[in-house]
Amino acid sequence: MDLILSAVISLGVIGAVGAVVLYFASRKFNVYENPGIGLVNDVLPGVNCGGCGFPGCKGFAEACVKADSLDGLFCPAGGMEVMSKVAGILGREVQSAVPMIAVVRCAGSCEQRPHVNIYDGVLSCAIAASLYGGETGCTYGCLGFGDCVESCLFDAIHINAQTLLPEVVEDACASCGACVKACPKNIIELRKKGPKSRRIFVSCVNKDQGADARKECNVACIACGKCEKVCAFDAITIENNLAYIKFNKCTLCRKCVKVCPTHAIPEVNFPPEKEKPPVTVEENEIRN
Amino acid sequence: MLKTFRLGGIHPQENKLSAGKKIETLPTPGQIVIPLSQHIGAPAVAVVQKGDAVKAGTLIAKANGFVSAGIHSSVSGIVVKIDDITDASGYRKPAVFIKVEGDEPEPFIDQSPGLNKNITLSSEEIIRKIADAGIVGMGGATFPTHIKLTPPSDKTAQLLIINGVECEPYLTSDHALMLEKGNEIMVGTQLLMRALKVKRAVIGIENNKKDAIVHLSDLSKNYDGIKICPLKVKYPQGSEKQLVDAVIKRRIGSGKLPIEVGAVVQNVGTAFAVYEAVQKNKPLFERIVTVTGKGIKNPSNYRVKIGTPVNELITAAGGISENTGKIVGGGPMMGKALVNAEVPVTKGCSGILVLPGEETARKERRNCIRCSKCVSVCPMGLSPYLLMTVSEFSVWDKAKSECITDCIECGSCSYTCPANRPLLDYIRLGKNKVQAHGVSRIV
Amino acid sequence: MENKLLISPSPHIHGGDSIAKNMYGVLIALIPAFLVSLYYFGIGALLVTVVSVGSCVLFELLIQKYLMKINPSVCDGSAIITGVLLAFNLPSNLPLWIVVIGALAAIGVGKMTFGGLGNNIFNPALVGRVFLLISFPAQMTVWPKPVETRWIFFPTVPDGIDGLTGATPLAMIKGHFGHLPDYLDMLLGNTGGSFGEVGAGALILGLIFMLWRKIITWHIPVFTVLTVAVFTGIMHAVNPQEYASPLIHVLSGGLLLGAIFMATDYVTSPMSKNGMIVYAVGIGILTSVIRLFGVYPEGVSFAILIMNAFTPLINTYIKPKRFGEVAKNG
Repeated sequence: MDLILSAVISLGVIGAVGAVVLYFASRKFNVYENPGIGLVNDVLPGVNCGGCGFPGCKGFAEACVKADSLDGLFCPAGGMEVMSKVAGILGREVQSAVPMIAVVRCAGSCEQRPHVNIYDGVLSCAIAASLYGGETGCTYGCLGFGDCVESCLFDAIHINAQTLLPEVVEDACASCGACVKACPKNIIELRKKGPKSRRIFVSCVNKDQGADARKECNVACIACGKCEKVCAFDAITIENNLAYIKFNKCTLCRKCVKVCPTHAIPEVNFPPEKEKPPVTVEENEIRN
Repeated sequence: MLKTFRLGGIHPQENKLSAGKKIETLPTPGQIVIPLSQHIGAPAVAVVQKGDAVKAGTLIAKANGFVSAGIHSSVSGIVVKIDDITDASGYRKPAVFIKVEGDEPEPFIDQSPGLNKNITLSSEEIIRKIADAGIVGMGGATFPTHIKLTPPSDKTAQLLIINGVECEPYLTSDHALMLEKGNEIMVGTQLLMRALKVKRAVIGIENNKKDAIVHLSDLSKNYDGIKICPLKVKYPQGSEKQLVDAVIKRRIGSGKLPIEVGAVVQNVGTAFAVYEAVQKNKPLFERIVTVTGKGIKNPSNYRVKIGTPVNELITAAGGISENTGKIVGGGPMMGKALVNAEVPVTKGCSGILVLPGEETARKERRNCIRCSKCVSVCPMGLSPYLLMTVSEFSVWDKAKSECITDCIECGSCSYTCPANRPLLDYIRLGKNKVQAHGVSRIV
Repeated sequence: MENKLLISPSPHIHGGDSIAKNMYGVLIALIPAFLVSLYYFGIGALLVTVVSVGSCVLFELLIQKYLMKINPSVCDGSAIITGVLLAFNLPSNLPLWIVVIGALAAIGVGKMTFGGLGNNIFNPALVGRVFLLISFPAQMTVWPKPVETRWIFFPTVPDGIDGLTGATPLAMIKGHFGHLPDYLDMLLGNTGGSFGEVGAGALILGLIFMLWRKIITWHIPVFTVLTVAVFTGIMHAVNPQEYASPLIHVLSGGLLLGAIFMATDYVTSPMSKNGMIVYAVGIGILTSVIRLFGVYPEGVSFAILIMNAFTPLINTYIKPKRFGEVAKNG
């Protein structure tokens, strides 16, 4: 009996002392946090991709709560859906943002861009790029070792086994920009996703002179200037032997796509062109 | 007991295939391509134009800025064009293309074969002549020599150390030079001593070059203040910090230069180039290159004009065998793999090494077994296994606090690793990142 | 040139050292001790070793192939070493099914749960051994007598000490009974105990081989043994009746086997030389404390496992001395 009693008493005393200590500790070290931060944090994707420019989702939540308006604050991973929830919680207006997507500006697949040497070091773009120009003659193009794949938190970029080039999964890409930072060759760019995901861009970053670029890769931009001339919207500039399409000015008319002699300007997600007259006739008939 | 450095180090198979071979002069090819960036620092600026006639020794590009060096034509002929050429790493860099016509050196070069031992010039005049001759560190670092000879005003040099270590396997160009041009090296050393205003010089030579040690020791009796220091064979003894530790038992602190302990290190090749520049007015446009490796039929040492394509050297040495895996510019431990054999020989190219595929191909990478062999061979006392891991997972602040920037990239860790881990690849990446982020060295 | 050139960062050559070379080097170093155990314990030692190695290799193969789905790497020899070391820590009359359980604990729990070679925190062989020691204390602490049991298949596990079993020297010290074998017998291995640990001379031969082949450095074995010698020496000097002489402590039990082959396990020992010394001294002190004051007569296994747990801490705080560090401070 004594034994049980002493056990109960001693445990009770220990428990009581612990409770008192914990009580004072929690009072003493209490940190006040705006409850809004927690609420906002809960609706964020929680992947801590850093695409918003803040250290993780918690950091973004804090910034949203502290800021007077949501101007310039955008969660690329969650998109408008999440941002409107955030705005709802905080009772503020949300700024609409143009949906963006990561675009790989290199089309130099194995057939287009023959390998001239074999890389035998660590399969990392960063290490290969700091060592030398790459396995092909083109020193600007994709190395294909997949640093972008490693960097992606959304599993939205993969290396195509045939072309050895990375491909972006449209629906999964959160346009957080991690791959853009990871690519040592600066090939990946965040561009406007475009209406119905339709977009065109120059799929090359080679700054060598036209003849050299052509020798290095069949689909290189040779800076011939045809696209620049044909563009009616002043959207194309040529600098350092390389054409660039400004996505803010581009109207997706696709004239440049047709004139490009090396097919360096691909069109993405456009329906196939209806060129032959009979097709049009049929369509008219159907309409009628 | 021979002297050596006291921390880490390895002893790779020496494979000095071309040891004892006389220096042969390589015939001048039909066209020479001289890159404008052959040194650490800003590329030189071309001062010739297409169509200009040049002679051997004509300045074709002048130094651009403080850390830079002039470049001279190595042949007489006509400048064909100034255009980009694919360099060793595949990138395009500007270079001067010269079509060879005749064999006419500049008249100011003293062609007499005799040895000129009279040192008449002052320190400043010697340094100016060295700068004018475009001399850079000939051991491979290619740091402009005249800058190394002008230490900061608050430091004074007390000792000149001449690096005749040649600790890289395979390479024998310095060895051949010491055997054949011993007197010139001695005079060059005295010129450097005069330039630095020091009274003593030590020539460090590894003990696998006994004939060079004996030869230079005999010669050193005729030259005041020059001593020969035989060293135990151990890699990377040719690194400045390790060489200073080996010779005078002083360790240079993290991020500091040898001048910190009163020493200046110069390569024997540099000493020879200094002799030619100062006593014979000859700018740096030739160098000794070892062409060697198990993929080469006749490993040899050549006197080569700067700008000669590498495949000329390889052809002269009997061509390469079928199973060639890699052509390396420099030694097997620190050299750079060449993307093709058309690249020209530059000032810092001490050897062309042709390695068969099976000797050089990387083997399957395994888990780190924590054998700590990388730790025990690291000459800088770092923990390569840890540095690799932090670099692989991008923990840059940890890399910084583990002193990743102290790494001299000697490759001893990767060479030793039983799990074939690419330690240095990742450490070099981390080092670049830490330096690029503007993080100063932690002392 | 038709061949495409290889490009990689320097260095362009490799020393040719490999995991397999180191592991088979350790196995060669274990051969003398194995021969000694065969001489004294005969068929039992052979059976236990074969079963232990076989099941370790098999378990590693199966786990790598079917659970981890990676290319099996049993050829590197690390599973063989685990098997041999586990066997060496067992009595030669141990039922073979217990050996198999020990191998499963060693490879499955001690090694593969952490991710295989290189990632394990504890020495796998010792994990297996300690697992058996705690699970099967009766079978694990009855030691067949050397020589007499040489030709007996499966000596049964008796209830107590009978004609065929004997105590280890350490148990004799602990329980104050029996006649301690003389030093020569202990050096040769003519004592009771786990069959791999008895031949002190053979183990030292293995150490010399490994030092010559530069497989291990001298720091861990020397400092472990030295610490035990000093510690037990002091106690012996204080009270010679109660505590045995340091030489007996060094030569008996698993100290030499542990210090030479198990404390020096690459994966679970510290990286820097100073760290190794701290680790070795820790093992020595813990071993002595367990031997002199603990319940168990022997403590090397526990000591090594405890210090294994400290290895990451030692690696964090005891770094190799950097080049130029002294010059900077001085």
